[in-house]
Amino acid sequence: MKKKLLSLAAIASASVLVLAGCATNEAGPAANVTESAGGSSTGGSVVALEGTLDGSGASSMAAGQEAWVAGFQALNPGVTVNYNPTGSGTGRDQFEEGLTFFTGSDSALKDEEIATPHPNCSPADGPMFEFPIWISPIAIIFNLEGIQSLNMTPDTVAQIFSGEITNWNDSRISADNPGADLPDLAITAVHRSDESGTTANFTDTIAKAAPDTWLLNGENAGKFEKWPAQWGGEGGQGTSGVIAAIAAGNGTIGYADASRAGDFGTVAFGVGDEFVPYSAQAAARIVDVSPLKEGRPDSMLTYDLDRDTTESGVYPVVLISYLQGCMDYADDAKAELVKAYASYMLSAEGQEWASENAGNAPISEELRQRALAIIAQVK
Amino acid sequence: MSTPGIKGKGKIRLGDLIFSRAATFAGAGILITLAAVAFFLFLQALPALNPNADFDGKAENPISYIAPYIFGTLYGSLIALAIATPLAIGIALYISHFANRRFSQLLGYVMDLLAAIPSVVYGLWGILVLAPFLNPTYVWLNENLGWIPLFEGQVSATGRTMLTVGIVLAIMVLPIMAALIREVFLQTPRLHEEAALALGATRWEMIKMAVLPFGRPGIISAMMLGLGRALGETMAVALVLSPASIISFALLTSQNSNTIAANIALQFPESGGDYRSLLIATGLMLFFITMVINLIARYIISRRAEFSGAN
Repeated sequence: MKKKLLSLAAIASASVLVLAGCATNEAGPAANVTESAGGSSTGGSVVALEGTLDGSGASSMAAGQEAWVAGFQALNPGVTVNYNPTGSGTGRDQFEEGLTFFTGSDSALKDEEIATPHPNCSPADGPMFEFPIWISPIAIIFNLEGIQSLNMTPDTVAQIFSGEITNWNDSRISADNPGADLPDLAITAVHRSDESGTTANFTDTIAKAAPDTWLLNGENAGKFEKWPAQWGGEGGQGTSGVIAAIAAGNGTIGYADASRAGDFGTVAFGVGDEFVPYSAQAAARIVDVSPLKEGRPDSMLTYDLDRDTTESGVYPVVLISYLQGCMDYADDAKAELVKAYASYMLSAEGQEWASENAGNAPISEELRQRALAIIAQVK
Repeated sequence: MSTPGIKGKGKIRLGDLIFSRAATFAGAGILITLAAVAFFLFLQALPALNPNADFDGKAENPISYIAPYIFGTLYGSLIALAIATPLAIGIALYISHFANRRFSQLLGYVMDLLAAIPSVVYGLWGILVLAPFLNPTYVWLNENLGWIPLFEGQVSATGRTMLTVGIVLAIMVLPIMAALIREVFLQTPRLHEEAALALGATRWEMIKMAVLPFGRPGIISAMMLGLGRALGETMAVALVLSPASIISFALLTSQNSNTIAANIALQFPESGGDYRSLLIATGLMLFFITMVINLIARYIISRRAEFSGAN
């Protein structure tokens, strides 16, 4: 009798656990914010939206996508959005195979990628849309006791990370920081040991802003994702690995997504004649001062970021992630879902919501209006 | 199936038939799975072996790319083995011959607990606790014994070096090795031990004469098991090591050769095209290395098969 009771209790608790796991995607704590966002910017769906929307891509916007999914699903309970942060490369591959309906990507589509047929578009080689949806400043952070901020020109940053400047009390650093008490301590430059869009964007900025000092074997090292062995330094896995490495050592300096910069000292980047500390507005400004890439259709806002800009108040060390999808979907229901979700992500409330939860810089009003105009034409 | 000596149709019971077929199926299934894995690796790796492969500038040619990772894999595992083997033998000896019964059981449980800790946790422990703890030691070694090639170079500021990885890997393979060696030592024939003691040997001499020679094939198979685990260890190495694609024997610097498994873990998510095939080719290399090491181990053990505790 005791055994039977026990086994009954075991089956009951096991089935409770199993059935709890079958619960549908929870809506999340988005209720109070999204009530105000309710009518205006989500495309005013009169008929309640329903269905599943699958997307994948960059892990840089994973936190933002989680926030957006929670917010969007609270507004549209019949919809389930799934974003899988597989990495930009895998995300674009999956879109090409027709597994997903939108992609988040750290890099813009190349011409060959646009030309390949995409099964979810109709026609398969029809036009695509692409615009920046995620702007994330990359902070250059360091661990030095008592120093919260340092001014550095792009050349100084280039020389530190390429191993030219090896000590904190080097004259090139103290020249721009007359008041700072720099110790006689070796510099350890921390980089990403895995390939990442953060490294690509960081190196792109330094390569364009400091072409004469960003040298590998005598030539401009350019933009890359794999750190060259000759430059030494320490490697950390993922943003958290870099942060952990900077925290663990004394005199370490590295680059990481600004949302994780925490209490470390940060570098004010030299732009023109002034030094600009990172901030959301300064980061978003770079899109406004940069030209569009030539030869792309109007549905693609592919920016050729002006990293060596001298405009005031611009922080050029940013990671821009794009949202990519079809202009004309084979499945009209999916088109509606993509339109609604993209409009939500672009809306002021959506960007604020993501910014509070994931730490990105909200896109500027100008970019929002242009992107919303493109999304309105998706069918 | 039919009893021996009775020719013709003995009664074949359904239960026996099902059992024997199931066992054959299981055995065949393992072989098929292994062949399928090897075949998959080979197929996926093929585009990288094509002379016209385009690696996006991340690698010049497959051989120069893979070489540092093969070196790093073997080097890290050898360090782990060098640290873990004496410790495992010591623990096993203590449990089997020196500790009293209850305490040795307790020790056995604790060792098995160590084996249950996930490797990611080891990795986190490595970067957050072990590396900062060992860093002053590394600085001291570098300053005072820096003339030894192993300790030369610019010492790392965070302690995330090949030596730290070796220690973490050693702790990870220790439970398996200690458990296996302990079992082997417990199998030592009591007659041999008592004969040695009767001849006037001390405890240690008895162990040297009776236990260790008997257990040698078992120790070697434990070492191969540990080596296999260490060779394939991914997350702990990916988290703890500060990698660079060079071949370096220095144990205390920030530029360390990465292992194949950790490299795949780091590079795979953002990779594509031919570069991804190259990464899978490195996985194929790891597969071959592990197979070769297992074959060597089997050969060594088979030479003393009749006297082996691993029978």
